[in-house]
Formats: sequence, C-alpha cells, structure tokens
Amino acid sequence: MPGKYSKKFLEKLLRDMLLIRRFEEKAAQMYGLRKIGGFLHLYIGQEAVATGSIAALDLQKDYVLTGYRDHAHALVCGMDPKVAMAELYGKLTGCSKGKGGSMHFYDAEKHMLGGNGIVGSQIPVATGVGLKIRYRREDGVVLCYFGDGAIHQGSFHESLNLAKIWKLPVIYICENNQYGMGTDFRRVSAVEDFSVMATGYGIPGKQVDGMDVLEVYESISRAVAKARKEPSPFFFEVKTYRYKGHSMSDPAKYRTKEELEAHKKQDPILILKGYMEEKGFTDEAGFKKIDDEVRKEVIEAVDFSENSPEPEEEALYEDVYA
Amino acid sequence: MAEKIQMLALSPTMERGRIVKWLKGEGDEIASGDVICEVETDKATMEYESINEGTILKIIVGEGKDAAIGDTIAIVGEKGEDISGVLAEIERGREKEKMAVEGGSREGESRVAGEEAEEAKATATAGVSAGELFTARSTDESTAKSAARSITESAIESTAESAAGGIPSGKGRVKASPLAKKIARDAGIDISSVRGTGPEGRVVKRDVEGFLRAGSKSAAFGRTEIKEAEGLRGRKIPVTGMRKVIAERLSNSKFQSPHYYLKLTVEVESLMEARRRLNESVGKKVSFNAFLLKFVAEALKRNPQVNAGWFGDYIEYFPSVDIGIAVALENGLITPVVKNCEKLGILDIDGELELLIERAKAGKLKPDEYSGATFTISNLGSFGIEEFTAIINPPGSAILAVGSIAEQVVSIDGIPSVRKLMKLTLSCDHRVIDGAVGARFLKDLKDIIEEPIRALY
Amino acid sequence: MAIITFRDAIREAIDEEMERDDSVILLGEEVAQYNGAYKVSRGLLDKYGAARVIDTPISEEGFTGVGVGAALAGLRPIVEWMTFNFSLMAYDQVVSNAAKSRYMSGGQLKVPVVFRGPNGPAEYLAAQHSQALEVIYAHIPGLKVVAPGTPYDAKGLLKSSIRDDNPVIFLESEMMYAWKGEVPAGEYLIPLGEADIKREGSDVTIVTFSKPLKLAREAAGELEKEGISVEIVDVRSIRPLDEETIYTSVRKTNRCLVLEESWPFASVGSHIAWLISKNCFDYLDAPVELVSMEDVPMPYNHRLELAVQPSVEKVKEVCKRVLYKES
Repeated sequence: MPGKYSKKFLEKLLRDMLLIRRFEEKAAQMYGLRKIGGFLHLYIGQEAVATGSIAALDLQKDYVLTGYRDHAHALVCGMDPKVAMAELYGKLTGCSKGKGGSMHFYDAEKHMLGGNGIVGSQIPVATGVGLKIRYRREDGVVLCYFGDGAIHQGSFHESLNLAKIWKLPVIYICENNQYGMGTDFRRVSAVEDFSVMATGYGIPGKQVDGMDVLEVYESISRAVAKARKEPSPFFFEVKTYRYKGHSMSDPAKYRTKEELEAHKKQDPILILKGYMEEKGFTDEAGFKKIDDEVRKEVIEAVDFSENSPEPEEEALYEDVYA
Repeated sequence: MAEKIQMLALSPTMERGRIVKWLKGEGDEIASGDVICEVETDKATMEYESINEGTILKIIVGEGKDAAIGDTIAIVGEKGEDISGVLAEIERGREKEKMAVEGGSREGESRVAGEEAEEAKATATAGVSAGELFTARSTDESTAKSAARSITESAIESTAESAAGGIPSGKGRVKASPLAKKIARDAGIDISSVRGTGPEGRVVKRDVEGFLRAGSKSAAFGRTEIKEAEGLRGRKIPVTGMRKVIAERLSNSKFQSPHYYLKLTVEVESLMEARRRLNESVGKKVSFNAFLLKFVAEALKRNPQVNAGWFGDYIEYFPSVDIGIAVALENGLITPVVKNCEKLGILDIDGELELLIERAKAGKLKPDEYSGATFTISNLGSFGIEEFTAIINPPGSAILAVGSIAEQVVSIDGIPSVRKLMKLTLSCDHRVIDGAVGARFLKDLKDIIEEPIRALY
Repeated sequence: MAIITFRDAIREAIDEEMERDDSVILLGEEVAQYNGAYKVSRGLLDKYGAARVIDTPISEEGFTGVGVGAALAGLRPIVEWMTFNFSLMAYDQVVSNAAKSRYMSGGQLKVPVVFRGPNGPAEYLAAQHSQALEVIYAHIPGLKVVAPGTPYDAKGLLKSSIRDDNPVIFLESEMMYAWKGEVPAGEYLIPLGEADIKREGSDVTIVTFSKPLKLAREAAGELEKEGISVEIVDVRSIRPLDEETIYTSVRKTNRCLVLEESWPFASVGSHIAWLISKNCFDYLDAPVELVSMEDVPMPYNHRLELAVQPSVEKVKEVCKRVLYKES
C-alpha cells in the first residue's frame, strides 16, 4: 500500500542519509591515515535531521547555517562530495580552497552559509540573514542549526528575542544529540525539555524525533510553510544521537555501550529502509544498489582529493579582503 | 574484492598502536561500525571500529603486536576469496619500509651535525682560532654551515667594530644614531673620531655633518677576509643515517645471498650511432644510461626469471620492471628507481632519470622513489673503471656492473680492426637465478646492445 | 564652506549613503526613536522609517551578529555600538564571523558591514567606560579600522567605509562629536588607506590618528614659537595603513614620535614605532618615541584621569626629547 510519499522522494532521502554516513565513515578512515587533520566532528547517527529538514527547503530562496558538525548540511544542500572531501584534505579544489577545513564548509551558491567553529556563534548571523529576507520582503526562510551545547549561550537567547520582536522567518533547530562534547545535557540544563525555552520568548517550540526522517520533514515543512506566509520564528528541539565521539580524539567513555547499542537499533537509515520495504518501494537488493552507488561516489571523492593540488603559498594573502 | 584493514591514528599523537585483543577472528563476518579489535595507543586503549564490510580472511597483526599507522592489520573480503595478491603486496610494502628507515635516520644524522655545529659555536666563544672553528663545515651539513656562517659574520662584525672604535682593548662600542652611522659609512669616515653631542655622548647627524665640514677624514678600514679550512684528516665521524643503512643492507645482501658473476664484452658502435641519431632528432643529449635501462628492460622481458625476488618461503616474479640506478652522493649512495621500464620509451626513461637524479642529489627522494628496484644497474664507466663486480640490491636478485667504453683492436674474420668495447658484469643471486638463466639474459642484452633494432623483435 | 560638527558630518555621511543605496540600514541601541545616544542619527528614523533605522534591545552580541548575517546575505548594515566599551560583548561576532567568513569560505562570501561608535577616553567615566580599544580590532586580519580626527575626514571616510565590501571598524569619540570643522557641500569620498599630512615641518614627525590629532596640532603650534618645526602625519586609517607617507616624513625629519590614547603595551602606536624603526633605521637620529595612556585603568578622579592621558605638555616634552633638547 503506497503512502503519501513518492518512491522517488523517499529514495532521495535514503540516498542523502547514506551519502552522509558513507562520506563520514570514509573521512574517519582517512583521518586515521593522517590524510585529514585537526578537528573532525562526525554526524553519524544524526543523518535524519539535516536530511529531513533541508528536504523541506527551496534553496533558491531559503538559507542554511549550522555549527561545526557541518558536513551533512553541506552535502544535503547539494555540495559535491568531491569538493567536500577535498576541503577535508585541505586541497585547492575544496569548497574553501583548503582554507576552511571540516568546520568551515560553505556553498554560497546553494545558500549554505557555513559551518561555524564557535559554539552558538552562527545563531545571530542566521538571524541577520532572516533580517535581510524580511527587509527585502522575500518569502524565504532560514534554517539555523546548533547543538544542545549551544543552547545555553547568550547568542541563542539574544537571537530568539530579536527574531521575535522583528518577526524574522528563522527556524531554530537544536539538534539535541544528548552530549555537549562529553557532558550529558541533563547535567547542565535547567530544563530537560528545551522546547519550553522558546515559549519564554513567545515563540512556538516543539520536540521532534530526530531518528525518523519523515517526522523531521513533516514538522519542518509545516513551519516553513507558515514562515513563508507570515514571517515569524520557530523553534524545534530535535532529539537525536551521535554514534561517534564528539570529535576524532574522543573515545566517548562517558556513556555506556548499552546506551549506544540501544540507539543504534533506532538507526535513522534502518527506520526509513523499513518504511520503504513496508511500502514495497525497496528490498535488500534495491537498498544495496543505492548503498553501492554512494560508496562508489565516496571513493571517487577520495581519489579526487588525493589527486588534487595543494594551495600555493601565494594564496595565503588571497581572500583576506574583498 | 579483498580489502586491507589498516591501522588508523586513534589518538592525535599516536604513531604506532598495539593490538591488545582481536574481538573478531578469521572467518567472522563484520559490518561497518563493528568493533573488531582493541588497540593500545600512546594514550589509552581504544576500540577500533571497522568501516569495511565482509568476512575477515586473514589477521596480519596478531595480539600483542605493534603496527604503524597505515599498516595492514587484517584482510577482509568475500569468503573463499584468493588473497595471495594482497599478501604479496603487503610483503613488498614491508621490504620498502625497511628501506624507508633510511629516511628516518637521516634526520638523526642532521641532528648530530647540528650538535656538532653547536659545539663548534661553543668552542668559538671559548676563543679558539678561526681555522679550527671551521672544521665544522666539513660535516657538510646545512645546520653546521649556518652556524659557521653566523660565527663568520659576528667575527667580521666584531673586527669591524673594534677597528671603527679604535679601542682594541674592547672597552665598548661607539654610541651613534643609525643615521649618523650611515652618513659616516657613506662618507668613508671613522665614526670614532667624531665627538658625540647627543645623550650620553651619542654621535648624531649634526655631529657627523660638523666633522665633515671641518674637513677631517680618516682612512677607511677594510674587512678581514676569513678563509675557510676544510678536511677530514684526523676526524672520527660517527656512523649514522645513510652510511649506516648502506652498511647494513649491503652486508646483508653480500653475506646472505650467494652471488655469482657473469662477464662479457659488448661492442657499442651501433648503440653510439643510435644515440647520436636520437640526439640529433630530438635536439638534446639523451643519457647513455637511458639506453642501458631500456635495453635491460627489453632483455628482462625476454627473461622474466631474472626480474624476481627471494622472500624466504617463496620467489616473487615481479609484475613490472622497476630498474634502480646507483647514484653517488657526496656523503653516500642512493638508487633512484625508474618504474615500469618495460612500458617506457627511451625518452621517457631519460626524462624520469634526469628528474630522479636531480631529486636524489637534492636529497628530496621519497622512500618509494629509491626502494623496490627489481633490477639494478651500476655504471662506473665515467671513472674509467674497466670492469667491476657489484653487490646485489634487494628485493631484486641481479645487478649489472657497467664498465668504461674503450677502443680496442679486435680480430674480425681474421682482420685486425678497431672497435668500441664495453665490459658488463652481472651479479646474480643463485637462490633465484641459475647460471644458465643469467647467461641467457646477458646474451640477450648483448645482442640488443650490439643491434638495437632487436629491441623491437 | 560650511562649518559643521563631527556629529553632523557623520550623520550627513549616513544620510547620503542611505539615500543612494537602499541596502544600507542602521541598527543599534537608541538609534531610532531616541535619535541616537549621542544624537548622531537624529532625524534618520523620520526620513527612512523603522524598517531601515532599527532600534535594538541591549543585546550587543545578538545585533552585531545580525549585522554580520544581513551583510553576508547582501545588505550593507551600519551597526552602531553605543560605545566601544560595549563592543566587547560582541567581540566574537566581529572576530570569528565578520573578519573571517570571507577567508574561511575561500572567497565565496563578503561582509560589507560598518561597526561604528565612540571609542577612547571621555570624562569622569572611570575604567569601564573610558578607554581606547582600537588595537583589539586592528590586530585582526580581515577587518579594516578607520580613525578620523576631523569632521571633513569623518564624512569622507565613513562614506567610503559604507561602500567598502569588507567589515570596517569606524572609530569616533564622545569628546569629538561637538568639534567643528569645514565640510564642503556635496559629495566627496576619502579612500581608506591614505594618510594625510596635517601640518608640514622639518624637525620632527608626529604620527597620530583620531582624537589626539588635536593635541598634536596644539603642541606643534606652541613648539613653533620655540623654533621647532613639527610635521604631523594623520594616518586616518589604521588598517590598511599608509606606511609610505609615514616613512617619507620620517626620512625627511629623522626624528619621530607616535601619539595615541590607548595603552602602550602592544598598541597601534607601538606597532607603528616598530615599523618606523625597521624601515627608517638608517634615517633615525634618535629612538622613536611613543606617547600614549599610562599603563593603568582609567581612574574617576579628574586630576588623576588627566594625568593618565596624553597632553599637550607631554607631547611637547617628548618632542624635545627626540630632538635632544631636554629642558
């Protein structure tokens, strides 16, 4: 029995989530081989959040800004995995010509405005992009992502207040993956339900299951439609879980194996796969076919990065000023 | 297809990791994200999560053993798959790694030289004469050079200053503003003869100008030339770096592989003619060695048993012809390798050689550019050496020693005639190459050199 | 030529730029209904409306970041900080986002935003409200930092700053707002990165910017009576810095003092002094001097707060010292 979604749409979601996962698995491997350095924050486990929410956008007029765990958002916005991997490699062919790295993915053409390495620093910036939309009387929206670690920064609270008083079309999405680096969010938050924080600013707040890509899609789609019609901010706490450590050097000893395994049973990819099988849209072979294609794409991205040139030293002084 | 599971950097500073425990064994199915083993890093014991999927076909690094980042610790693939190719590749990798040790020790060598330079500097401040000082230069190390140079400069400066000050007792420097010094220098006057009117007697512009107006001008002073002394006489130089690697590798080869030697003389008239024509047509001098490499590659194609290596429990017939050529360096010897010679033309080989030799002399060769030769050539002809025997360079099992080209009177059909001749000596490892096999190769090589068109047969 | 205040010169610049380009907006605390804490934006709300002249809550990090975001998305915001003291609350937005977005994106983005407001010591305001903070911005590559000392320069430089495609930090001063000077009618622009010789002289060069320019001029006038000829180089923009004009002057006079009103440790002035020592070494007849604030927080007591700051007397004294004419 077919549901309300087309096979094509669901396959796109599945492919996006698989691309994120395979891309990051490969990135982790290349990090281990010292091809990639510095901070590398993986999104594995959280795929449904970026995939489901960005699927609700029209990137001709909408914008995306996020924090340092930004590979997924860039890929779902349509950044070429080759260009993304090359940036991790620090190569000239990367999205930021090798000057940004993992935390600073940008694709201005596709309205993906970063990638920000300072916790919560992107939230006022995203709010400012909302101001531009409002000032120009456009019908776009901004998706502003951040983690549970950022929600206690002043920048979050200041931004919510500004967005409300100026009626800005910004949808604030807190990806609550349960841990701000190594700290369980319950240990450092006055409230366990973040969605109530928005009500303090007169903004509707809602909790969403971030392991179910369709639930994310539906919730964000509704908010996007409302914000387009009548500009105003929204807030979502999307409950999710990262399988890997905070960054590559984090062995994640602050949580139990049982907890991790329990969450892995709620894997966003498996949930969507199950749904699609139920609807008769895919089977093992169909799934494997997409997975193989994505894996191939990721290997090509690595080959591309390996064979790409390093930036010249002369480039040091380029793009400091416009 | 079988894939290698490689050791990854599981801490930012780790260089090697020890497998504490395998949680999956040979024959086990693994999926992406599965913890397959525990690895002790320099910091902690970490879980190794696989990104590979399939069946573990072989565990390469056992429990309690170390592996460097990038080393293969296991092989994964489909059940029953043939992994001999991957295993051979790993074995060759290990061989290369042994050679790469050379690179590591070289750093050590420069450290030693650096320390020597430091010592030299210390000696200098202790007041030993300049001649002794500059023995530091003979280590031929840039660190030592720069240390020595800075000593030279400070020596010159202090000489100059004591001359300028005219107070050899070293009572102190003349205080003068930079501008005053410059004016004095440009006018060629001795600033010590100018009386300063600035703070604490500093000589300033107005003082020098006043002095010039007064017309007093003393003789300009000259700089003392310091001559460098060089020499190894009487010095003991520690065996480090490249010298150590050369010693170890060549001793091992000579002591472990049973060498035997085959010699013959070839006529090189046709080769010289072919080279002359090629030079003319491309407008540059193509190196003689490029021809040698090409012809050796052709002869190896006909005699693949010679393009092989001894690995204890098996002999590998190498998939490509990678020819090393011995290059003398100031402080040692290195053998850059031209890969896939069997596929390259003479001009390609010439270009490769030129690049490699340039990089070798600059000390910029990467380990994979000077290791893994399946055959090696050593040419001492340019020194006038008529013939010699060379030590085999593993993993290859044969090395060709090339002597000088000389005109000699030979009998051709009973008539004495003058011919250009060259002597070739092939050293072979008898474990891999039997006498007749080596002989056939050398004969084929002779035929090709004497009649280059045969390379096309 | 009209004589107008520094305050009006700035307002004219904003007004003219808002008139010619509807992507220019002004936001900050009290800029709209209140007509500006220092009345710089007087009348602009009435003329351009609340969509373009925007009152913000006391939320420096928030509205500074909003300025950055609006600039990234294509507007040309002018963000008014009520004073630079409060900009410290927003420092992350300036350093992490305004200054670096272009570089980190490999040139994909630009951030045409102006952050402006009063900087430097005022009177009776004590330590948190009376300080010169230009160096913490001048330190950051990716930012431009502009420091006019006259109404004429303020107008021409602000108009250029608003049109610039980079984030510009524009330094004003509570004390300067009432200063008057000649400003021609009609449009003119002063490019960023061009110093101006405010007075020609032959014995000693004073390099300065912003409010201390006035001290330099007064000291030069008094020194002239004593037979000392002072040249004043007003750098006007700290970043980019017109080094050549400075060097040309110092190579002529062979003596130099740098005058500023921030603390001396790692200041803009100490940096300029280093540049001169390095690039004019063979032309110096005396060490380069620095006249700056005493290295202490600003006290409230008026006698003490004056003692902390540079003064005409201090400038004269140090001029004589570099001329080896100590009294």
